Amino acid sequence: MTTVTLDKAAPTRKVKYGSMSRDRTWALRWSYLFLVIFAIFSLTPPVYMLITSLKSSAEISAATNPWWVFHPTIDNYLGLLTSNQFLRFFWNSAMVSVFVVTITMLISVPAAFALARMRFWGSTVLATGVFLTYLIPETLLFIPLFKMFAVIGDFTGIQLINKWYVLLILYPTLTVPFCTWIMIGYFASIPKELDEAAIIDGASWFQTLTRIFIPVALPGLIAATIFAFTVSWAQFLYPLVFTTSTDQLVMPVGIITTLIKGDVFNWGQIMTGALLGAAPPLIIYAFLMDYYIAGLTAGATKG
Amino acid sequence: MVDVALQSSQAAVRTARKQSSLRNLLNRKSTIAFLMALPLILLIATLVIYPAFYAIHLATLNKSMARFVGLGNFEFLFKRETFWLVVKQSCIFAITAVVFKALIGFIVAHFVHNIPAKGQRKWRGMLLVPWVIPPAMSTLAWLWLFDPSYSAFNYTLGLFGAGPIPWTGDANWARFSVILVNIWVGAPFFMIMYLAALKSVPDQLYEAAAIDGANWWQRIWYVTLPMMRNIIAITTLFSLIVTFANFDIVRILTAGGPLDHTHIFATWAFRVGIEGSDIPLGASVSLFMVPILAVAAIFILRDISKRGNEA
Repeated sequence: MTTVTLDKAAPTRKVKYGSMSRDRTWALRWSYLFLVIFAIFSLTPPVYMLITSLKSSAEISAATNPWWVFHPTIDNYLGLLTSNQFLRFFWNSAMVSVFVVTITMLISVPAAFALARMRFWGSTVLATGVFLTYLIPETLLFIPLFKMFAVIGDFTGIQLINKWYVLLILYPTLTVPFCTWIMIGYFASIPKELDEAAIIDGASWFQTLTRIFIPVALPGLIAATIFAFTVSWAQFLYPLVFTTSTDQLVMPVGIITTLIKGDVFNWGQIMTGALLGAAPPLIIYAFLMDYYIAGLTAGATKG
Repeated sequence: MVDVALQSSQAAVRTARKQSSLRNLLNRKSTIAFLMALPLILLIATLVIYPAFYAIHLATLNKSMARFVGLGNFEFLFKRETFWLVVKQSCIFAITAVVFKALIGFIVAHFVHNIPAKGQRKWRGMLLVPWVIPPAMSTLAWLWLFDPSYSAFNYTLGLFGAGPIPWTGDANWARFSVILVNIWVGAPFFMIMYLAALKSVPDQLYEAAAIDGANWWQRIWYVTLPMMRNIIAITTLFSLIVTFANFDIVRILTAGGPLDHTHIFATWAFRVGIEGSDIPLGASVSLFMVPILAVAAIFILRDISKRGNEA
């Protein structure tokens, strides 16, 4: 009896699967079509950067097809990579980013550990406060901060404005709250038994942090590091406001203020500079995409 | 003998304890925790909270910052046409950009979710590139794409016989361009968030819906959207704040022009406060970003406390 009913059911099912799979194929084709369109939309500007960076000024101003390179040249790259000014921007950017990442980690990892595991007076309020701080944009703070640093310069004689190291004070306001927030999330997901065992074995709080929490939450730490680096590399407003001399500028501002001279746009060089400025985050992203995405989604979903 | 020794040692411990009450305090768990969080607290207090209130103070001073003028700066702003233009443009800019970012992100996330899991990584990788490139750099590429005479978009349009479009020269086209670039930068973020949310919707729900005869639209409306409601809300809120406070894109693409027709709060505050060196007026302009931040903060706090109750 049962075998018969099963046999009966089988052909009808097969037909149904057939129609569903045909639907599925069409859905798949449509998906690919639209994904190709969106990928073209996403990749046009970077690809166009690359195309233009390989052209000479003469070819750019000639009325040829802008989407194709007829006489590829690497003069733009050679010109920029041998210019002391440009190398200075790159060096400044690299230095600022490395220092900011270090400062951010030194502040946010212990703070996140304290907020995730050790209760103290006001700790829950502080955790919420950290999150809200992340929502205060730099565009609201740059004017009062500029005035504050000017006043500090007048009173103490410590000149902060127009020095690259002022950015080491400013960038952590952007990176620390978010990094603390994602580290709280990662630390909170570590089972309590782990650190209880460590405490029973006689580990101090500091040892619990360095021997247990940091190794276990390493993916989170990498995600936070990537985030801090990307933010400090890409930041545009603060360096634009706080630094003006060409030897103090970082990449994004340097490229925009020095390569654009009045109304003369040397597009070949500008695009080369932009591509070189975009390279470090892109390279990191290419190798550590999964960490990058993990950090991105952890920040908001754990809110 | 033993008793005496024990007593004396206990007494010694007691006095030692009294002497080192400071050390005891330092050894307490909550004190250690507080010290660990202290750099964070100092940073937030001196470089975020203090400047935020300092901005309010600055907004009440006159241009040379010598005299208290109360709400004078705001009165001055309310009388200026440019200010109302900026308010209008900021709202149009933020709302249009966020709506399109959310829509495109939702659609693309569905398409990525649709294709076999093996290929998803590759597509996701490509589609997230706009979010990875520093916005200042990619906006330069857009500026060059929009170039009126030598560049790509108008050349391509020319092939189809369409006239050259003044992408950044005409007020409405410039607004369109600025919003387009913002969508380009921000849509991948929504895509990634929605993709993560889509993956967390259990397959059984779709199977049950399919058995009940739901078509694709009903599946999205009755299964996907309700399951993703939280993530959609929080992502939209985030993006609204970031877009409202945007600076890089407008600054590089149009610098507020033509005739202030693309200025938003951040770029106008920069123009007035730093370039025009009227710091109090600039501070007053940037303070107009506070209401939207406050509304967002209320929603987020409510969300956090709600989750706290559920748990």
